[in-house]
Amino acid sequence: MSRRLRTCLFLAAAVVLAAFYAAACTGLPHFAGLVHPYGTRAVAAAFRQRTANVISSINFDQRAFDTLGEESILFAAVLGAIVLLRRARDEREAAPAPGRVMPSTRLFGTVMLPITLLTGFYIVAHGQLSPGGGFQGGVILATGLHLAYIAADYRALERIRPLASLDVADALAAGAFAALGFVGIAKGAAYLQNVLPLGTFGQLSSGGLVPVINAAVGVEVGSGIVVLIAHFIDQAVEIESPSTQDGQRPDDASGADGGNR
Amino acid sequence: MPTQDLLPLAVAVPLLGAVLLVVAGRRLPRVAIDGLVTALAAADVADLALLWARTGDGRSVAWLGGWRPVHGEGVGIVMVGDRIGIGLALLTAVLILAVVGYSWRYFEQPPTEHPGTFPALILVFEAGMCGFALTGDLFNAFVFFELMGAVAYALTGFRIEDPRPLQGALTFGIVNSLAAYASLLGIGLLYARTGELGFAQIGQHLAHHRVDALLVAAFVLVLTGPLVKAAVAPFHFWLPDAHAVAPTPVCMLLSGVMVELGIYGIARIYWTVFSGPHGIPMACFRDTFVAFGALTAVVGAVMCWQQRHLKRMLAFSTVGHVGLFLIGVALVTPEGVAGTALYVAGHAGVKAALFAVTGVLLDRHGSVDEYGLYGRGRELRLGGVLFTVGGLALAGLPPFGTGLGKAVLEHAALSRFPWLLVVFVGVSALTAGAVLRAAARVFAGAGPRPRERYAGPETTGGGEEPEIRDPSRAVPPPMLAVPAVLLLGALAVGVLPGIGRQLALAARLFTDRAGYVAALYGPAPAPSGASPATGWTAEGVSLGLLSTLLALVVAALAVWGPAVPSGAVHRARETLSATGRRVVLPLRRLHSGHIGDYVSWLAVGLAVLLVVTAAQV
Amino acid sequence: MSVFPYLVAGWILLIGLYGMVRSRDAIHTIGCLAVAQSSTYVLLLAVGYRRGGTSPYFSDTPKSTTVVDPVVQALALTDVVVGATVTALLLALAIQLRKRHGTIDPDSLTGLKG
Repeated sequence: MSRRLRTCLFLAAAVVLAAFYAAACTGLPHFAGLVHPYGTRAVAAAFRQRTANVISSINFDQRAFDTLGEESILFAAVLGAIVLLRRARDEREAAPAPGRVMPSTRLFGTVMLPITLLTGFYIVAHGQLSPGGGFQGGVILATGLHLAYIAADYRALERIRPLASLDVADALAAGAFAALGFVGIAKGAAYLQNVLPLGTFGQLSSGGLVPVINAAVGVEVGSGIVVLIAHFIDQAVEIESPSTQDGQRPDDASGADGGNR
Repeated sequence: MPTQDLLPLAVAVPLLGAVLLVVAGRRLPRVAIDGLVTALAAADVADLALLWARTGDGRSVAWLGGWRPVHGEGVGIVMVGDRIGIGLALLTAVLILAVVGYSWRYFEQPPTEHPGTFPALILVFEAGMCGFALTGDLFNAFVFFELMGAVAYALTGFRIEDPRPLQGALTFGIVNSLAAYASLLGIGLLYARTGELGFAQIGQHLAHHRVDALLVAAFVLVLTGPLVKAAVAPFHFWLPDAHAVAPTPVCMLLSGVMVELGIYGIARIYWTVFSGPHGIPMACFRDTFVAFGALTAVVGAVMCWQQRHLKRMLAFSTVGHVGLFLIGVALVTPEGVAGTALYVAGHAGVKAALFAVTGVLLDRHGSVDEYGLYGRGRELRLGGVLFTVGGLALAGLPPFGTGLGKAVLEHAALSRFPWLLVVFVGVSALTAGAVLRAAARVFAGAGPRPRERYAGPETTGGGEEPEIRDPSRAVPPPMLAVPAVLLLGALAVGVLPGIGRQLALAARLFTDRAGYVAALYGPAPAPSGASPATGWTAEGVSLGLLSTLLALVVAALAVWGPAVPSGAVHRARETLSATGRRVVLPLRRLHSGHIGDYVSWLAVGLAVLLVVTAAQV
Repeated sequence: MSVFPYLVAGWILLIGLYGMVRSRDAIHTIGCLAVAQSSTYVLLLAVGYRRGGTSPYFSDTPKSTTVVDPVVQALALTDVVVGATVTALLLALAIQLRKRHGTIDPDSLTGLKG
């Protein structure tokens, strides 16, 4: 189809979609209404499980099976990136050149790196109490590590990033989540049932299985995202495809500036 | 172990297995990895077989995390297994086991620094498909839908040295993810209305509301994901692009079960969520999706006949058959569901076997082009026999499972839509005819050498990367043993009367919405009404023979037609191909490989569905 | 205008779709897919908003505080992770396609057709 025809076809369909969607919205409950039956039940259930952060209670206890599936998607994406962003048969690896960094950037990175990592740990550890948790903290940990790339260069990042153990850590943490489900079965209860001692509401140790799964998720997200990003950076920095070697290839969409660093 | 624990185990076992492969894979030799993954796949088959046996003619219900509802209200996720869901999960597990066996020693599995990654992905794929088949919660279904999607994108693009798999995987990923997000939007609408996420719970609450635009929009949006996964026209464009280029073992899984899970999703969601009082009326669902199914079947069959790229041909044949499956579930009768279940089981074995033999050709000759391979399959005698038998089974030759499923569906459709007989017979004959045509040319070198006469849009299938780079070695025995076993399995589905009987009972249970709801809260009463007949009848056998005969005739005409010197035959051929060009060429042009086109068609499909549904409620 | 937040979600979906239809670059298409996905966040969070509600955690507020619906927030969180990982996979495919094909303009990707 020509570009014009395709657009016209889409716009015609979009008008119908918009009309139906708008009509559907008039049937929704009024915005900001007070009636949320499932939400109310979830809050009550979180109190019973002595988990102060209701969202963590839902993610790691009430609907933990969703999160198991979701963590498996992350696990699969990391495996997928390992497969898809591998070095092809006709490509070779080149040592990245050391980069030149402004002193202010270096200072910023040196100061912020430990602070960011600490923040990440805090957010993971307090997932059952306050906003945050394994995902959010894990992402902060993973991105914080990459301050080394900004403040120094790729070789500095490689020194503080034990890639081989991180992808094992990612797998083990994903496995730990699935395996923790068996604690319930071992105690004669259901899969993923929260059978650990629940502790005192509002304390760091409260919530039973929630902080344990939360920690596993934190490890998985943290290490998984580092591995994921590592494969993307490798494409820009380390891997040279034949067309680049010939100088035939115009600048790469994956980040040509990385190649200069 | 209590029966209900077997449900989450079907997901947890392959996930833990994948982790084990990733962690231990680096330290193990290839043989040990192959052995390990086979054992893990077999463990999941055992789990699901046990579940099948213990569930019997009832339902197994597992409240995950022990969150049983109190006074009918709960916060947890429920998994519900009846023999249709468990059977589909079991079919998945069996096919995974077959694929794992097929991949023994087959293709070096890069990346070499991370051995075990490929089988680990296969196991995560299994976890996603089993989770989708067994869940009883709409949001959870979305998560597993995305899990199987994400793995499938990565597996499809596995051969990164060739641009075509990458393009196919990218198209596949974008279209399917978009559809999943549309589904999630629909889930959001349903949550806003009912405050529930479980299939049955949403269905119960919908009964308290009137039928309005919100219900119609939610219905269409929620079904978008399964419709795209099932490759129902006009949501089907991604399928040939992805299935034609994925590695052979992955193709076996994609065409064998993943697409059929889309059909399952449509049927399950309709029956449990929307079929109740103040839902989408059965007549509306039936008429709409019978029409979409027929369109899909015809488009798939016509496009299948046009292909010379063998994998693309098989992919379009899957589109054709999926159209028939959709008609089956859209009949909204237990007989339709039972027939579809039999047909899906038989089709999985046959289609996977055909892909497996194509994989051998690709391995030997680095090509999947019907023209380029002319006569080159002669030395591969067993492969030729298997491919031909697969083609005949695809046509619905009794007593294959495909034939039985087709016969039951034809009988189910006959009373209300007699014209569907033509669709069933025609589509199975044409898709099988294409396969038999290719079999005759490739494995027997029959007829004159096909000539390049066509100048329109085409994917030839020549110059493919062989998946193994050692053409001098003998064909590894599993690569031919596995398709043979798969065909025997398809035969068993049609021959063993027990399977049909059990699926008939299961279909009665599947279509019993009240029983599904009741089963969540306690023992459900047995469904009323007789279970459908799923045995062979004279009518079914003769229709199966008819479509097989037609398939043989069209294949023979295509192969030997050009060699017949008669002027009349020649003239008839010329007129036929001239009309064919006028109808078929525009259809082929629509399959442009352009992602923007596919997104447009998705929007058009949604708009049509919205209008058609709204007009009928 | 009690439906306005819901309508915003629909608008975001359509504008994302429009971008995908008009796209001349696969990376842009993937970006537009992410835009289309954001509609689900907006709808879920809009559905869960409760008048005067604060965020649903109780470590320093009394248990009687009015909070917004926590379920949709959990769903949105799951959705975010799913979206991010799928986007990463799609971008990986786009990078490789760019290397092998020399272009990721959908108009020039003609390897699969008919």
